[in-house]
Amino acid sequence: MVATTGGMPPEVWQSLQARFPGVLRLAEVPVRGDAETYGQPVEHRMTRAVSRSSLMNQPRYEGVLVHARHLLDVLRFVRDELGYAMLSNLTATDYPASLEGIPPHIDVVYHLFCLEGGGYVALHVHTARDGAILPSVTAEFPSANLQEREVWDMFGVQFDGHPDLRRLLMWEGFDGFPLRKDWREVYYEEEHKPFRSRFPGGGNPLYAEERTPAHANLRLSADLSADELLMDADFSEADQRLYERMLSADREPDKPLKTDEMILNMGPHHPSTHGVFRMAVRLDGETVKHLEPVFGYLHRCHEKIGERNTWLQNIPFTDRLDYINGMTNNLAYCLAMEKLLGWDIPERAEYLRVIMSEFSRVVNHMLAAGFFSNEIGLYFTGSLYALEERELVLDLFESVAGGRMMFNYMRPGGVARDLPQGWLDQARVLVRDRLPKKVRQMQSFLLDNEIVRARSADVGILGGEEAIACGVTGPVLRASGVPYDVRRAEPYGIYERFDFDVVTREHGDVFDRVALRFDEIWQSLRILEQALDAIPEGPVQSHRLSPRMLIPPGETYGRIEAPKGELGFYLVSDGGANPYRYHIRATSLINLTPLSQLTRGVKIADIVAILGSIDLTMGEVDR
Amino acid sequence: MIVGWGVLKTLVMTLGHFVMTYVEDVQAWTERLGGGRLRGADASAARRRGIFTIQYPAERRALPEAYRNLPFFVIDAETSQLRCTACGICAQICPVQCIWIERATEPESGRPRRYPVSYYLDTSLCMTCGLCAEFCPFDAIKMDHDYEVAAYRRPGFVSAKELAKPESYDAELHPSAYGASSTASGDGESTED
Repeated sequence: MVATTGGMPPEVWQSLQARFPGVLRLAEVPVRGDAETYGQPVEHRMTRAVSRSSLMNQPRYEGVLVHARHLLDVLRFVRDELGYAMLSNLTATDYPASLEGIPPHIDVVYHLFCLEGGGYVALHVHTARDGAILPSVTAEFPSANLQEREVWDMFGVQFDGHPDLRRLLMWEGFDGFPLRKDWREVYYEEEHKPFRSRFPGGGNPLYAEERTPAHANLRLSADLSADELLMDADFSEADQRLYERMLSADREPDKPLKTDEMILNMGPHHPSTHGVFRMAVRLDGETVKHLEPVFGYLHRCHEKIGERNTWLQNIPFTDRLDYINGMTNNLAYCLAMEKLLGWDIPERAEYLRVIMSEFSRVVNHMLAAGFFSNEIGLYFTGSLYALEERELVLDLFESVAGGRMMFNYMRPGGVARDLPQGWLDQARVLVRDRLPKKVRQMQSFLLDNEIVRARSADVGILGGEEAIACGVTGPVLRASGVPYDVRRAEPYGIYERFDFDVVTREHGDVFDRVALRFDEIWQSLRILEQALDAIPEGPVQSHRLSPRMLIPPGETYGRIEAPKGELGFYLVSDGGANPYRYHIRATSLINLTPLSQLTRGVKIADIVAILGSIDLTMGEVDR
Repeated sequence: MIVGWGVLKTLVMTLGHFVMTYVEDVQAWTERLGGGRLRGADASAARRRGIFTIQYPAERRALPEAYRNLPFFVIDAETSQLRCTACGICAQICPVQCIWIERATEPESGRPRRYPVSYYLDTSLCMTCGLCAEFCPFDAIKMDHDYEVAAYRRPGFVSAKELAKPESYDAELHPSAYGASSTASGDGESTED
């Protein structure tokens, strides 16, 4: 049997094998009848998806299977000696059924990237479903911090040694681990859409609320009525562990002057947080001693819904992640699907994807800078200047996709529809005549302003190495002087053909993060000019899509450079019409990893400036 | 550079915006008296200055052909019947599963007929993604341009009769797509399963 390494470079596999003989195994599906692969120790068994069909035989699983005992050693080796410095994505998949000799298990996967570019190394670790426990890597890989908490929250995998293993999106005391395959929601109908009751000759229409006795999104235990439950609910208990953490973290034992500290909750309804985001802050006077972000107020069960949906049904849902950039969300998901399908995209569709992504980036960065001005107290002037230009871009998006924010435009194999008459001319006028003028105006409005400079320079400095360790991507990383851009590091689509620079700034403070966004707008306009000139005629879709299209079994991690950073989709297919696992590496969430360090010791007003410079969308953070 | 020059520039810029708002507003005064103007997406939009606000409902945006809100069912001009054949593809593709279909059967033999006996679409669930219209192989379901659908009560299940609209309405909304053969990427009734 010839060893394939999936997306992993073969030399990585060779050096891993040389360093850890007998410990690792390529995580691929064994050929049927290969008796030797069974009956070996746990660390030698394979990663497998649950079989629903005989399609499962194809060796499409990627990366290396590691025993939990060696996880940290292997991660260190991959980072320090092979140069895969960015632990980008960490997630899990639940396999509740025993299959082909592998007991039921939870498969935790780590995706690492090299800053110089190229593919990823995927490491898989198995743990039993009952009493699932793995060593935490947060101490050495800070980017795992929030992601390990999410895996604990969703799958119930304990991470031994994690400094603060609380639930991330659900509340403390929530019953069960929702992304396990045997967990069912209150409005449960069937495992997978399409639901049978909708078909010809099907059942009666029914409101979702009619399906539960409480007529609400509540699951009641047998001996409890709805009223009792609501009366007894003590929400402060859920926060108990948060406040314990707030009081214990970042203590200075030998403070010369004994002062009283207070805990202040900024949010969840705070105008600076772009949605419902709460920051619990421990203050000494006006100085921040410790900040703890609290997530989950906008949690919409996106991944659970995604696993119920068919592959195509997920596309309109991705619009609702980072709702400023529906186009790039669509694109990332479709690219991940295309990696599994192995489809080619027509030339015109490739150009359309680039044009839409870059328009989206221009809009996002304008808005980010505009709302930053709102956050530091310039109020809505800057935001409204940005929103005016966004209107014009949204007009373009609307006339091609039909919606102003919910585009549902990309499809695996191309895009949904071709451009209407006159669209390109309108886009060219916008890119050549209007946007450069307006961007220059806005840039001078914000960056030449001495008050803005005084307010943002040398505030919230994020060093390059710290940024890499925290898994930060996008403009926030590049403002810290790291020239890392997925469009160049691992080009997708046709980005190799375009002439543009990966711009960086040096200091990594709030001012640089805002200024860098303007630098990037200029690069996007360069790409747009080239793309609008070179776009050929032709078809925009290479395949006829079936409503219940099947995707060959396998797993993949597809990523793009979204305006906010690396947006990745980790998909596992079991050959069926629905994703077996559908995970989003949410850029905004992981960019918040260093928030606690960045705000330590600053004044309380600077929290808002720092948060604004990170540029987050809560729709993506909480999913 | 003089300290304060940047702030001064900013103030001049803001003042310019402020003045321009009134200039544009005054210029459009007569149009407003006449019941509002249409502001659409065309090449002239790139020259737009002043306020971008539309004085809805006195003024309205011109909607592009691709605009989509809730779906409607097309009544065929020749037969005066719904075009729907109850194949169920729209119910399969609908991400929020808000479409219910029951296919008619022949009373004697019990064999299925190619029209729906009942057809429901829950407009309170619909996310207006447009996948149903895109995948319908018979052009029987299209996306509407009507966005004023607010009601005092949750409308609940809207049967096909209330959402059914004549073919001429479709031709009016989608002039360039109308008449062209089905652009849907649906596979007819042969679904893989």
